[in-house]
Amino acid sequence: MSAIAGARDRRTTAPLPPLGSSWSTVRRVVEHRALQYRRTFRASIFGSFGIPVLFLTAMGFGLGGYVDRSQDAVLHGLTYLQFLAPGLLAATVMQTGSFEASFPILGGLQWNKVFHAMFATPIQPSDIVFGNVIWIALRLALVGAVFAFVIVLFGASRSALVVLAVPCAVLTGLAFATPMMAFTATQRTPDRFATLFRFGVTPLFLFSGTFFPIESLPSFLQPVAWLSPLWHGVDLCRQLMLGTVGDTPLLAVIHALVLITITVIGVAVAMRTVEARLVKG
Amino acid sequence: MSETNVAASGASVEPSQPRPTAEPAARRGPGADAAPLIHARKLTKRFGEFTAVDGVDFDVQPGEAFGFLGPNGAGKTSTMRMIGCTSPISDGELSVLDMNPRRDGPRIRARLGVVPQHDTLDNELTVRENLLIYGRYFGLPREECARRADELLDFVQLSDRGKDLVEPLSGGMKRRLTIARSLINEPDLMLLDEPTTGLDPQARHLLWDRLYRLKQRGVTLVLTTHYMDEAEQLCDRLVVMDKAKIVAEGSPRQLIERYSTKEVAEFRFAPGIQETLDGQFDGLAERIERLPDRVLLYADDGEDVVASARSRGLHPETVLVRRSTLEDVFLRLTGRSLIE
Ligand SMILES: Nc1ncnc2c1ncn2[C@@H]1O[C@H](COP(=O)(O)OP(=O)(O)OP(=O)(O)O)[C@@H](O)[C@H]1O
Ligand SMILES: [Mg+2]
Repeated sequence: MSAIAGARDRRTTAPLPPLGSSWSTVRRVVEHRALQYRRTFRASIFGSFGIPVLFLTAMGFGLGGYVDRSQDAVLHGLTYLQFLAPGLLAATVMQTGSFEASFPILGGLQWNKVFHAMFATPIQPSDIVFGNVIWIALRLALVGAVFAFVIVLFGASRSALVVLAVPCAVLTGLAFATPMMAFTATQRTPDRFATLFRFGVTPLFLFSGTFFPIESLPSFLQPVAWLSPLWHGVDLCRQLMLGTVGDTPLLAVIHALVLITITVIGVAVAMRTVEARLVKG
Repeated sequence: MSETNVAASGASVEPSQPRPTAEPAARRGPGADAAPLIHARKLTKRFGEFTAVDGVDFDVQPGEAFGFLGPNGAGKTSTMRMIGCTSPISDGELSVLDMNPRRDGPRIRARLGVVPQHDTLDNELTVRENLLIYGRYFGLPREECARRADELLDFVQLSDRGKDLVEPLSGGMKRRLTIARSLINEPDLMLLDEPTTGLDPQARHLLWDRLYRLKQRGVTLVLTTHYMDEAEQLCDRLVVMDKAKIVAEGSPRQLIERYSTKEVAEFRFAPGIQETLDGQFDGLAERIERLPDRVLLYADDGEDVVASARSRGLHPETVLVRRSTLEDVFLRLTGRSLIE
């Protein structure tokens, strides 16, 4: 019965935790999410395949059939499927990222309070933030990789750089997930999530060059696309998958920098809001 | 025990280890040879303008079971969370396991076993997985987590539920699982916030039995409760908290001796009668408390009081003579009942 105190065995005593986040503490948070995920793994993988197949079939072939017949000059000789695929990749990963940073995080803070349970151990709020960001990045990488695989199967990618489009889509997802996590930590109910998805995520999904080039928007609206993090992600993925990234390398770098900046700020704010929330109880 | 830790706590590290068989330090008299595991002076917690804990002083010695007894909102949880290093102190001094919660939070938490007031179990995992992952939070190797998990499931009598999800467990089972979970790191100090609130009597007794066994093994227990029977059963020493302050301190027996009489006679009258009896109880007992539903007469011999009341022509519907409890102490100190 040594686990029940009394005889403390020094060899098996928990190591003294470091002060400050380190991989050794962060990984425990990732491990927790992975353990939870084991139960929903199958359904989740199935969904990851289902979404791209459905979207690419319906929009790429169905809608694309009409678009391609109209010989639209804006598409510069691409099929609609080729144009759409990278946009959908970035946008889907963005949606997954936003979702993963809303309900599951609120759950840990409010419903079953597992983050509070962690906070009673050597795990620190910063570990919880980093661990969840890493976990979300892994989830997004899986979703993105499956999506890219389906795109390749559909013959909708024109460049081997599609491989790089996956990490760029993940970065896009994180640029949404980290501010979302910061926001979630300030909430006690999911009431505002619906509003945020309806008036934030969905309009961005529609108007960030995902389904049509932003050049088709009225000219006064086009600069607005620059404010949309999703547009940066969509355009970056598109340049990579169409193999045109070499034409405007500076633009690609700017896209990446914008996404990285948002992610870093998101993490920094989330560290504060998550800690404040855990301390509040 | 790493070098930093030894350096920080000096020679007092050794005595603070729980002893399996030796008599708990507390029984040998406070401050005999060991530094207190918890030392608080003028400890204060404020939420904005509101003061939830108002300058409390207390020490917890190795091996003792120490209780915070108080009604809702007294500041018990706020105090426990400061000790548990999840809520920074607003003012005063606090040291836990000879470390400073402000600076050494994660190191202190590594040696605590915390049972929070509200369960924080992971409903998406099984009973056993809850223990395994919790052990991992402390950085224990997987095989060690597995070994301890099985042992602890046995200890809290949940071995047959290991593979079940947590969700459908009864309240008492969840509480037992939370206690098992808090023991996975072999803590030097357990913090139990209302371990049995909301449980039926049978579930409470089972929990008390487990906690009693831990105490027998020399584990230092700090618990909060608003049940006086729980405090009497488990605590070597306790403080009574009311409105953010400590109003009394001592062993259950000392508190009863100091603030109450040996016995109490409880009179209940038919509805409407009690209000007509003003002045009729004067001089019958050392102290008289008139509650809305009954009259409490405090005296060293309760039967004596009953006899003299009868001879005065008082005819309560029911009469109960009992020993004083902590409930009476609380009533005396605050003028209110513990559970409203
Ligand atoms: N995070 C917080 N923010 C603001 N006020 C708080 C917070 N936590 C507790 N309080 C207030 O502090 C007071 C003491 O609360 P606490 O939870 O410590 O009491 P308690 O003795 O544990 O009561 P109970 O028996 O109901 O659990 C209460 O009035 C409560 O409303
Ligand atoms: Mg409480």
